[in-house]
Amino acid sequence: MNAVAGNAVLEVSGLEKHFGGIKAVRGVSFSVRKGEILGIIGPNGCGKSTLFNCILGQLAPSAGTVRLNGEDVTGLRPSDLNRRGVGRTFQLLQVFPDLTVRENLVLAGQEHHGTMMGRLFGPRDAGLSDAADRMIGFFKLDHLADAKAGGLSYGQQKLLDAAMAFMGGPQIVLLDEPAGGVNLTMLASLKDRLRAMNDELGATFVVIEHNMEFVMSLCTRVIVLAEGKVLAEGTPAEVRADPAVMEAYLGH
Amino acid sequence: MNARTDFAAVGQGAPRRALSRIDPALVSIVLAAAILWFAPVGMGRYGTYVLTLWLVMAIAVMGLNLTLGVAGLKSLAQAAFMGIGAYTVGILTAKAGMSWYPAFAIATLATFAMGIVVGFPALRVRAHYLAFVTLAFTSLVWLVLRNEEWLTGGTFGLSNIPRPTLFGARLDDALSFHRFVVVVTMILTLAIWWLLRSPWGRAFLALRENPVRAASLGVDVRAYTLLAFAIGSAYGGMAGALYAPLVEFIDPSPFAISASFFLLLMVVAGGSGYLFGPFVGALLGVVLPEWLRFTGGLYLIIFAAIVLLLLIACPKGVLGLAEMLWARAARLVRRTP
Ligand SMILES: Nc1ncnc2c1ncn2[C@@H]1O[C@H](COP(=O)(O)OP(=O)(O)OP(=O)(O)O)[C@@H](O)[C@H]1O
Ligand SMILES: [Mg+2]
Repeated sequence: MNAVAGNAVLEVSGLEKHFGGIKAVRGVSFSVRKGEILGIIGPNGCGKSTLFNCILGQLAPSAGTVRLNGEDVTGLRPSDLNRRGVGRTFQLLQVFPDLTVRENLVLAGQEHHGTMMGRLFGPRDAGLSDAADRMIGFFKLDHLADAKAGGLSYGQQKLLDAAMAFMGGPQIVLLDEPAGGVNLTMLASLKDRLRAMNDELGATFVVIEHNMEFVMSLCTRVIVLAEGKVLAEGTPAEVRADPAVMEAYLGH
Repeated sequence: MNARTDFAAVGQGAPRRALSRIDPALVSIVLAAAILWFAPVGMGRYGTYVLTLWLVMAIAVMGLNLTLGVAGLKSLAQAAFMGIGAYTVGILTAKAGMSWYPAFAIATLATFAMGIVVGFPALRVRAHYLAFVTLAFTSLVWLVLRNEEWLTGGTFGLSNIPRPTLFGARLDDALSFHRFVVVVTMILTLAIWWLLRSPWGRAFLALRENPVRAASLGVDVRAYTLLAFAIGSAYGGMAGALYAPLVEFIDPSPFAISASFFLLLMVVAGGSGYLFGPFVGALLGVVLPEWLRFTGGLYLIIFAAIVLLLLIACPKGVLGLAEMLWARAARLVRRTP
């Protein structure tokens, strides 16, 4: 057990990732407390997605550890990590276009309870459709529940993508640019729903975003990455006022 | 293979809707079995044999359809698993005097277990690498069947494979064995139908569509990949276990590499991923060669050419084509008041 582990859901320390000569992530440490919305910002190619992929077992980190509720989960497979309660989205939209909205959510939730055998021989649904419908209601996708995901607008698909990450009752969710490419109207409802996720359901999550207004108004705390390192950390107001950040990121 | 077809069964996840009316696929399976039970009446020995052969091939294709069509794992080993099933039953019944039922169970378990082993390469690199490994496995099995004469009879094959008995009566005549195969086929089709409606079916589909996203949602890609491979292989084994007593004589030739390609073509031609695709594919695969018999050894090439043309016209196979035409007709009907 770690000193900070008391209330840190996720704790990343000294994480590094090298691709040959490229050092994409160079010793990043941070922790996320329960009920927090942490923002991660930084210029293109500064290592944000690579950081997520190392935390989530998609890539093997070159060094460093990842702890979930104080337990070392470094290098676990993505599916194991997910079943232990870490949800995620990818930078590029990844829903299942041929499945309906409800089926996408059922799929996202089905592996979180019971055993493989139970899933084959047990009750077909086991409350999954109801859980999916609650998520559909929460994200206000009711009118689209039975529509194929591939037929939804881009913004609606991004909303579904995020909703899928919250299925199965995760302890923390990592969202990689949830607002990327989403139009203004949808952006408002996306932010509104994510905020409600946190306010009403106490969800903890980390958001990578380029949209400053989105990050600053949604997050409780922000980390600025530059060239694979943490450049600054603080409340949105503090980060905004930091001259180094101005220079490295906001200023250009 | 870009046929992103849904299993008609997959995604009827909400039992609220599923229970409110009986699944048409279920009705079709039982109805088709009833029709096939009586179909050979007046057909003669040979006609009945072809009909039975069609069902046996359909079982093998059904297995490959699960592995390839639903889970997206490109296997070229299905003929080998069919061969292992056929020889297991052939050796155990004809040589060791075992009854068909335990021999069938052993063939099923053996091919299931081998499916897990052969499926391992699928965990590393997908697609082409897997195709090569499974191809190598098929040639290895074929070589063993041909060379280990003490066990398999080599090129002379195994003869006098007995038919199973049922309630003490041997199913020696073509009609009663056909009916036996109809019942087994119905049970195996129902099992696949049932499997695909379960969360496993959804996980297999997710595996094919987007394994990375599936893993991020908790889908154990390793376990499901091996299971899709093993179950598909076991279907190949069970088809072989029925094939041996059907033809009563087996040699290695029907289980060579070309047969694996042929089975793959049947999956694609019938409609990759569709529940009933294998029956259409196997029908093409069993009946067309009969018609193309006059072309001699060219029938595989001609069959491949026909499949190619079919796929250019409709990448989703015969059932994909039917679905498209049906949707178009439905739209027309709706438009005319
Ligand atoms: N698989 C890989 N192989 C080699 N280099 C990689 C790989 N993945 C990422 N990189 C490099 O690592 C660096 C960080 O990339 P990353 O995608 O993490 O940036 P990012 O902060 O998410 O950028 P963006 O804002 O554009 O999404 C980049 O220089 C990128 O080219
Ligand atoms: Mg990125």
